[in-house]
Amino acid sequence: MNLFCVGLSHHTANVETRERFAGHAETDCILRAAGCAEALLLTTCNRVEVYGASEERVSTDEIARCLVRKVDNKTEEYALAFYRYEDTRCVQHLFRVASGLDSMVVGESEILGQAKKAYESARASGAAGPCLHRLFQRAFHVAKQVRTHTDITRGSVSVGSVAVDLAQRIFGQLGNCKVLVLGAGETSERTARALVSRGVTDLRVSNRSSDRAEELARLVGGQAVRFDEWPSQCREIDILITSTSSETPLLTPENLSAMLRNRVDRPLFIIDIAVPRDVDPSVNEMEAVYLYDIDSLQSVAEQSLALRRQQIAAAEAIITEHVAAFGKSISHRLDCNAPPSTEDRALGETPLRTSES
Amino acid sequence: MDRQFLIVSTICFFAAVVRTIVALRAGIFRPGQFNFLAIGLGFIFQTAFLSIRGHALGRCPLTNLFEVFIFVAWSVALIYMVVGPAYRLSLMGAFTAPLVVLLQGFALIAPIDIRHPVRLPANPWLEFHASISLVAYGAFALACIAGVMYLVQERQLKTHQLRSVFYHLPPLTDLFAAITRLLWWGFALYTLGLVSGFFVGQPLPYVQMVCASAVWLLYAAILQGRHLRRLAPKHVAALCIIGFTAALTLLWGITFTAQMPSPP
Repeated sequence: MNLFCVGLSHHTANVETRERFAGHAETDCILRAAGCAEALLLTTCNRVEVYGASEERVSTDEIARCLVRKVDNKTEEYALAFYRYEDTRCVQHLFRVASGLDSMVVGESEILGQAKKAYESARASGAAGPCLHRLFQRAFHVAKQVRTHTDITRGSVSVGSVAVDLAQRIFGQLGNCKVLVLGAGETSERTARALVSRGVTDLRVSNRSSDRAEELARLVGGQAVRFDEWPSQCREIDILITSTSSETPLLTPENLSAMLRNRVDRPLFIIDIAVPRDVDPSVNEMEAVYLYDIDSLQSVAEQSLALRRQQIAAAEAIITEHVAAFGKSISHRLDCNAPPSTEDRALGETPLRTSES
Repeated sequence: MDRQFLIVSTICFFAAVVRTIVALRAGIFRPGQFNFLAIGLGFIFQTAFLSIRGHALGRCPLTNLFEVFIFVAWSVALIYMVVGPAYRLSLMGAFTAPLVVLLQGFALIAPIDIRHPVRLPANPWLEFHASISLVAYGAFALACIAGVMYLVQERQLKTHQLRSVFYHLPPLTDLFAAITRLLWWGFALYTLGLVSGFFVGQPLPYVQMVCASAVWLLYAAILQGRHLRRLAPKHVAALCIIGFTAALTLLWGITFTAQMPSPP
């Protein structure tokens, strides 16, 4: 049995091309009709891939034709963007995809869920048989191992999640943290929502327009505070998210030190996402105050991404080991229908249960 | 025979140090089970050493500077075994192992294992006084290690330069809570050790009394500053490091002077 992968991704095709070949619900059935014994379609915003197993070679053009939404005279031109991996390279590619190494944001974990969903869908329709079952089970196991044994998923890579991540690095559990949102802009709202999703329950919103403050407070489950009361709130809060349109800094070391008197052992985390900035940068020099503006949040996100990239070699080593072991276990039994050995079971493979709904 | 147990114990702790360095170089800084197992095994061999030495002496093995250093190293490992997993500070092992290697390595290399020519008589109060004071040193050592971790984490947060280690260190507030707990435990044990010193039935040397009181006052001042909120967490963490370094130096002084021949 021949294992192959045909597809296009953000590496080889732009979004317009990916849209054109996004496939549809019955693609796997069409593929079987085209000569594949087993087929699975993995579609995400960054990739469209078909994993298949066949006795005879199924051409890339044939598969591209199965995937295309609308046939026109440009189809052949677009088909140049397709890549094709067979046997060991197909196994390696899937392991890399499932582990997030091939993703646009290296190490992102969403792809694993999408691969699992695609596999479940193909299994339920009967399009995925024993070959793809073993391949995907092993891929999920490899992805888990890569996550556990490397730092490929460490750190946040978007501004909102960096802010929440940093808050957790300072305070641990966020359930007891008091948060003040100063200025009810869109980014503030997103950050506030992210904090609420991580357990924050005491959230206060203050804005020059009290209507907007009340609206945002209602949306995120917080309470509105009058704009002239925010300085007094600073004595109580642990996290301040500020994004007002003030032309001059609202917080300086002088006024903040007065607000923070008698709270020397409680840290204050300030997220300043306003441009121009609401907080004087020298506030970061104050004891137990951690100030992050939009540039520093962006810089942390980039550092996380660089950290993830450093982990690629370690992840590739794990994948190479598994690709060799998987290739060996398949070739030993010559076909995929043989039940997985005890060793293979330990590496995530289970017999295919066709009776499952 | 007993020294062989100590050498094996030091190798175990050294293995934990090597593992940490390798992980750091690879950019993967995670505690894992290896460090905990290596330190656990090292602790067992330390205990075996102290047990054999204790049986040979017929008393708690605290008769010279060598044994004092090993006892401090054992106390550090003991408190790590109790505190580390409990406060989610398993990474503390990565910081604990180097300190133990230093203490034991120095004790093994330096010519300080001087046996007393005569068998010292057992004195339960004196042994209790010395051992409980050294266990307190273990707590102070762990507070010092937690202080180092706090300063590393705090520095990264202030400078916005987050390295791999950042994601594996506990949150600042958890670290500070651990420092406070360790300081209180250490202080309580040290006070107990100090008070028990009055019941040993023999006058303690003046220098030892002054040094022991100085260490007690130092930690009392740190805790008071913390309690009255006069000291910022960063300063408490820094004082834990300074305090333990000073306490260790004084301990050396105390034991060294105790071993000096008395003037005629």
